[in-house]
Amino acid sequence: MAENAVAFELVSPERLLLSEDVEMVVIPGASGDFGVLPGHSPVLSNIRPGVIHVFGGGNVEQRIFVAGGFAEVTELRCTVLADEALVVDDIDTGAVEKNLQDLAEDLTEAGDDVERTRIEGKMAVGRAMLTAAAERLYQ
Amino acid sequence: MPSLKEFRVRIANVKSTARITSAMKMVAGAKLRRAQEQAEAAGPYAERMDRMLSSVAASVAGSDGAPKLLSGTGSQTKQLLVAVSGDRGLCGGFNTSIARYARQFVQQALNEGHEPQILCVGRKASGVLQRTHGSRIIDTLEDLSKPAPSYAGAVSIADRLTQLYDDGEFDVCTVVYNKFVSALTQTVTPQQIIPFPVPEAAVEEDAGATKAIYEYEPGEQELLEKLLPQNLSVQIYRALLESFASEQGARMTAMDNATRNAGEMINNLTLSYNRTRQAAITKELIEIISGAEAL
Repeated sequence: MAENAVAFELVSPERLLLSEDVEMVVIPGASGDFGVLPGHSPVLSNIRPGVIHVFGGGNVEQRIFVAGGFAEVTELRCTVLADEALVVDDIDTGAVEKNLQDLAEDLTEAGDDVERTRIEGKMAVGRAMLTAAAERLYQ
Repeated sequence: MPSLKEFRVRIANVKSTARITSAMKMVAGAKLRRAQEQAEAAGPYAERMDRMLSSVAASVAGSDGAPKLLSGTGSQTKQLLVAVSGDRGLCGGFNTSIARYARQFVQQALNEGHEPQILCVGRKASGVLQRTHGSRIIDTLEDLSKPAPSYAGAVSIADRLTQLYDDGEFDVCTVVYNKFVSALTQTVTPQQIIPFPVPEAAVEEDAGATKAIYEYEPGEQELLEKLLPQNLSVQIYRALLESFASEQGARMTAMDNATRNAGEMINNLTLSYNRTRQAAITKELIEIISGAEAL
């Protein structure tokens, strides 16, 4: 493992998506974005729907959208367990918008609170996906 | 003695059966390889999830506010068994061993004065159990592993379980599946998933080491409330993957045996066919010779 690097791993339930040494990652934590540099204090955190930025050479190398999950940070490692992950450039905004409309219709027909909360959760993910596709944080 | 024609028909039948079984064997072999790869790919997530969960659970375990999924309902009476079998047969003892375990489970629970119930995943075990334990089956989920187990399928089972648990339908949930050892061997493995059993080694180890180190964001409780349902899905997903790989392995072995048996049968039939044919020729010759002698 290289000096001054974070061993970053991105895992989804179905497979290991990414495993490499990086300079810095910025993770959308449940209570705000946080950057992880080598030697970060150990943290376990929830992740809200948002974009993980992977930095190399002072610039953003990769933008990956995650629908939620957990992050485990130790001094040497940063492991993200993502429910669903997608490279930002691969987001199909048309499809997401259509999906959001469908969900909005479902929401008006939803019977109980449990169903409503579930749909609202999905809509939040969809909206975050659109924001992720539109915005370019951290050039 | 069957006639020559009957022999020919039977040989042709057995041959076509052998062709089918050997094709099924090859299909199962290919699917097995894929299933193994899929199970391997899912490994890292489950492993890391385990690590995170043990460390959080160890620090929360014992405190009053621990979520129900971890601490249990305080009772053991209502037991739920999730029996993971296949949707299709022709795979040796794969489905029957799950059904057998389910029967024992129900018997044992009844002996101990508990109330057992079964949730079937895959229609084969359900079909066998329906006759004897029909009233104890709360539902049968079919076609979840078609063409291969998906994480979404596992999530749907987990959601269902969580809802049943919240409604107080059961206190303890065990999932039973065939664990893949090799294409020849699959072992029936029961695993308790609700309440989540905190590994004792982890408790001791983490109490000393990890607990002091990690910072939890937003908080241990909130984190645990998200982690536990997620972990449930992951455990079920793992069971589905193992079971699917086992099913393919079992089918491969069963079809290999079937093909071999068919080959043996073809040999035997061919032998009898040749004997009968020879007997007919000899008979004809004798008739000709005795006819000629009579002249």
